[in-house]
Amino acid sequence: MTGSTHAHADAPHEPVFVGKVREQLDALFPKYPTKQACLLPALWMVQEARGWISPAAMAEVADVLGLTPAYVRGVATFYTMYHLHPVGRHFIQVCGTSPCHLCGSDDVLKAILKATGCGELGATSADGRFTVVEVECLGACGFATPILIDDDFHDSVTPERVAGILARYP
Amino acid sequence: MGYPHPPHPKETVVLSKYFGDAEARTFDGWVKRGGYEALKKALGMTPDAIIEELKASGLRGRGGAGFPTGLKWSFMPKNDGKPHYLVCNADESEPGTFKDREIMRWTPHQLIEGCAIGAYAIGAETCYIYIRGEFTEPWKVMTAAVAEAYAKGALGGNVFGSGKRIDIVLHRGAGAYICGEETAMMNSIEGKRGNPRIKPPFPAQAGLFGMPTTINNVETLSSTSHILTRGAAWYKGLCLSNPKSTGTKLFSVCGHVMRPGNYELTMGFPMKDLIHDLAGGMRPGRRLKAVIPGGSSVPIMTAAEAEAALCDYEGIVEKGSMLGSAGFIVMDDSTDMVYEIWRLAKFYAHESCAQCTQCREGTAWTTKILERILRGQGKKEDLDLLLDLSDQMTGRTICVLSDSCAAPIVSGIKKFPEEFEAYLSRAKAPALAAV
Ligand SMILES: Cc1cc2nc3c(=O)[nH]c(=O)nc-3n(C[C@H](O)[C@H](O)[C@H](O)COP(=O)(O)O)c2cc1C
Ligand code: FES
Repeated sequence: MTGSTHAHADAPHEPVFVGKVREQLDALFPKYPTKQACLLPALWMVQEARGWISPAAMAEVADVLGLTPAYVRGVATFYTMYHLHPVGRHFIQVCGTSPCHLCGSDDVLKAILKATGCGELGATSADGRFTVVEVECLGACGFATPILIDDDFHDSVTPERVAGILARYP
Repeated sequence: MGYPHPPHPKETVVLSKYFGDAEARTFDGWVKRGGYEALKKALGMTPDAIIEELKASGLRGRGGAGFPTGLKWSFMPKNDGKPHYLVCNADESEPGTFKDREIMRWTPHQLIEGCAIGAYAIGAETCYIYIRGEFTEPWKVMTAAVAEAYAKGALGGNVFGSGKRIDIVLHRGAGAYICGEETAMMNSIEGKRGNPRIKPPFPAQAGLFGMPTTINNVETLSSTSHILTRGAAWYKGLCLSNPKSTGTKLFSVCGHVMRPGNYELTMGFPMKDLIHDLAGGMRPGRRLKAVIPGGSSVPIMTAAEAEAALCDYEGIVEKGSMLGSAGFIVMDDSTDMVYEIWRLAKFYAHESCAQCTQCREGTAWTTKILERILRGQGKKEDLDLLLDLSDQMTGRTICVLSDSCAAPIVSGIKKFPEEFEAYLSRAKAPALAAV
């Protein structure tokens, strides 16, 4: 589940739901009374495979679940964790909600924006390595400041620890 | 990742007894610690007997509303021939709250056992555990534990040879605070946008996939196994103040304290001791200014109110706030209340599902007003406008997200007016750059 695949918005769409991924989805169907209930899991599978969810991938999801592409888009846009645009090789989420803000999350965010070369929130660094976003409460307020890099959770991050942590994500 | 502290002598460890004990994560390790005895016992009882036991224990929902759990389970129809569902709420997104995460990380089988007991008691064969998308580590731990529970016969078509079927399906959220609201969660599982539904119908009549459904928080379900093994009377006896608040509860403490973390306390424990003793008190030279005790969605308490309050449902109401999810956000005298209230309003504006006008417009508008106050561009009438908007945002919407945004604003203006005045009179330098 890493954001390591770097796809381009204009590349032709290679189907996601073939082979292993298709088997993964098929194994989910019996767990729900409707196919539609597999929509969030299916979108996760696309993101895991491709790093983001393109309009063509949404159309494919619609097709395998018997929904319309517009419906799938309507749902995908509701949830902030789905990337509807390509992002950097490593996706960094930094908590900025009040409990973490009280403990200095602003400084952590600044240090991360600087060290990654992203400069601003939501932007991808020129080398394509990082995208940084500020997110709301990560449910780990006692371990401020928590950050997520791809699927790895790091707690008690301070500006001083930023360089060492980022070095693990080439 | 380490961190669970050794239990403080004033804690009553039931749920958190094995936090930090990696062996407790495995099926065999859990069984060695007495795990799954409660489920086996439950399977030999009638569902009604289990519900009566829960009612007698006084257990109330730990997700925020404090609704009596036994009573909630008793609302489920009997012999209606329809599939029933149990939904476990592991969305834990309320700012200040981080207890369910620790239950899942350290004692996944404690939750699985509770879910299985709940499912059996309400006549459900399937329990969906909805885990917020950001909880990658709890997700991995839970996935491994569920697989192990199936392999050992604690889940599946014939649970411990009882002939009963109980399945657990983990469902991953994808970033939306509102999906913690019970009906939004049901829509989300169904593959829809996470919009809360109008009630009635209530979930017990028509919930997930239109079927009778019960939804409970992770901590609520995890508490059930202990009640079945040790008895309702024992649980009811865990009470230091009001008999309507029983048992132990995990209190998450964060913000300006020396030892943030989860503390498991008997209901009715003095908040003063929790903050100043267990959580280590303020940093050197700092004094307590305010506490938001219920996660961020409840009124702010002043230091005096907090220090006089008892930590249970009634004790906190008595001092002007609510227990909510028991995520204590502690603020010392270095805190800019206006700034933190703005940051919370921004949270709610970001998280509003935008169905209801009062919420969609109100959360965004109050955020903008607070922002202009912080930029040194506030107007004299802004406080009245904030209070008026907050009034319009309270008690008028499908769910209470809008009320939750208003609670810190109204209490903040009432209890810390001088901090707002300082910005409005330009006596204080702007905290945000002017635009
Ligand atoms: C906006 C909103 C967010 C909520 N978030 C959560 C949550 O993250 N976790 C939770 O357990 N309950 C949450 N709740 C409460 C649930 O709607 C529900 O009351 C609870 O899960 C019931 O379980 P309980 O009776 O065991 O407490 C939220 C409610 C609202 C209105
Ligand atoms: S506020 Fe940052 S994790 Fe909760």
